[in-house]
Amino acid sequence: MPDACLKTIDGGYVTPASAPAPLLMQARGVSFRPQGKPLVDDIDLDIREGRRLIVMGSNGAGKSLLMRLLHGLIAPTSGEVVWRGKPLDRTAMREQAMVFQRPVMLRRSVIANLQFALAVRGIGGAERRRRVEEALEQARLGDLAKRPARVLSGGEQQRLALARALACTPRLLFLDEPTASLDPASTLAIENLIATAHARGITIVMITHDKGQARRLGDDIAFLHAGRLVETGPAARVLETPSSGAARAWLEGRLYLDDLSSPHTSPTP
Amino acid sequence: MQDFATTLWNAVGLILLGDADLIEIIALSLRVTLSAVVIACLIGLPLGALVGAFRFPGRGVVTVLLNALMGLPPVVVGLVVYLMLSAAGPLGPLRLLYTPTAMIIAQTILVTPIVAALTRQVIEDLHSEYAEQFASLGVGPLDRVAALLWDARYSLLTVALAGFGRAVAEVGAVIIVGGNINHVTRVMTTTIALETSKGNLELALALGVVLLAIAVIVNAAVMALRASAVRSAYA
Repeated sequence: MPDACLKTIDGGYVTPASAPAPLLMQARGVSFRPQGKPLVDDIDLDIREGRRLIVMGSNGAGKSLLMRLLHGLIAPTSGEVVWRGKPLDRTAMREQAMVFQRPVMLRRSVIANLQFALAVRGIGGAERRRRVEEALEQARLGDLAKRPARVLSGGEQQRLALARALACTPRLLFLDEPTASLDPASTLAIENLIATAHARGITIVMITHDKGQARRLGDDIAFLHAGRLVETGPAARVLETPSSGAARAWLEGRLYLDDLSSPHTSPTP
Repeated sequence: MQDFATTLWNAVGLILLGDADLIEIIALSLRVTLSAVVIACLIGLPLGALVGAFRFPGRGVVTVLLNALMGLPPVVVGLVVYLMLSAAGPLGPLRLLYTPTAMIIAQTILVTPIVAALTRQVIEDLHSEYAEQFASLGVGPLDRVAALLWDARYSLLTVALAGFGRAVAEVGAVIIVGGNINHVTRVMTTTIALETSKGNLELALALGVVLLAIAVIVNAAVMALRASAVRSAYA
């Protein structure tokens, strides 16, 4: 961890307000245009170490696609994704983890789901047992360890998916609407896990439709509209006084369609 | 011609008395069929999983080929294996013609495409569910195939069952390469064909009953196993 960050007692890091946190990853002109259709259009985005970035925007704005591009699940048709100064590759992907909107549970027990994720990263023996124990405890799934993962409730499955991602000790965690279909209690459990992860210094990039959640968990917000990044800034500022028409309309609950005659809003740095 | 009830009664008598010839024939049938199914699974499961879990040039052709081979006519397979194993054939020196091994070879050729083609379908469906998560976790190619095969284990049991059903009921190929030699290569299906033409209906029908019973028992066992797997959401 570079000098700009100060270590806190609980092992996390805080960044002095004066200096921006060091850059962890960057999208440089990233576009995804299958058959020429610009689903993600020329996006420049900085993701800074230890920050929590919330990606917002209406349905079809390209949030999930952007996340998949950043995580390397899809290759951009143009532009590049840069991870710690170098192009994103398989090794870099292993420093990231992602939790999907609908958790993917292997047809195995809870504990075997955790063991699998660690095993594919070559973690075995005592270290794996330790991490599995820790993950079960953190996600409060200890009593369900031997249960088949796919009979768990939606909230329990998502807790397991998150615990599985965190067991791999990523530097950056992508979350694609992790609480979209969960009840408040399950949502709180997930938010607490995310908060714990962040306190440990893990950078968070999360998609949500929930303004309250964005306020609770977000440091920064990136707002997408029609595949373009129309606004970025500190969460409080973007939520209170959005500068782009699209973000303003969305936050006010109005439908917003592109007016082709108006010049398109430039992203605020 | 005796009436059906009497024949059936006599047939059941043969089964209950544990007729030595009958037992020998059933044992050979199971040996040949189970060996063929095991070998076909050893080849077909990984093959089907590879085709199902990876994108590569020519994948479509391989899929079509596997599906087409599912319908291989047994007599044609029997003939080709016969030509290979006959004294003048390329594998003639192995002297395998008219042995149980020749029958296992013929049935393996029949069953492997069935196992591979059905496995491909099962694995492809499962992979479409797992693909993103696997990519995110950075699961390597070998781990991916192994994990998919393991997680599809209960569906794949049904695949093996389909192969077993094909092999145990098959007569055309085994009669050509086995020759239906008494106490050597005589299995249930070939015996039924022979005894029926000889008019020895008791033995034929007794074997028919056993064949049916085996099919029912094996199916019931697999169904029960799958049902318990579904309850734990493993299938």
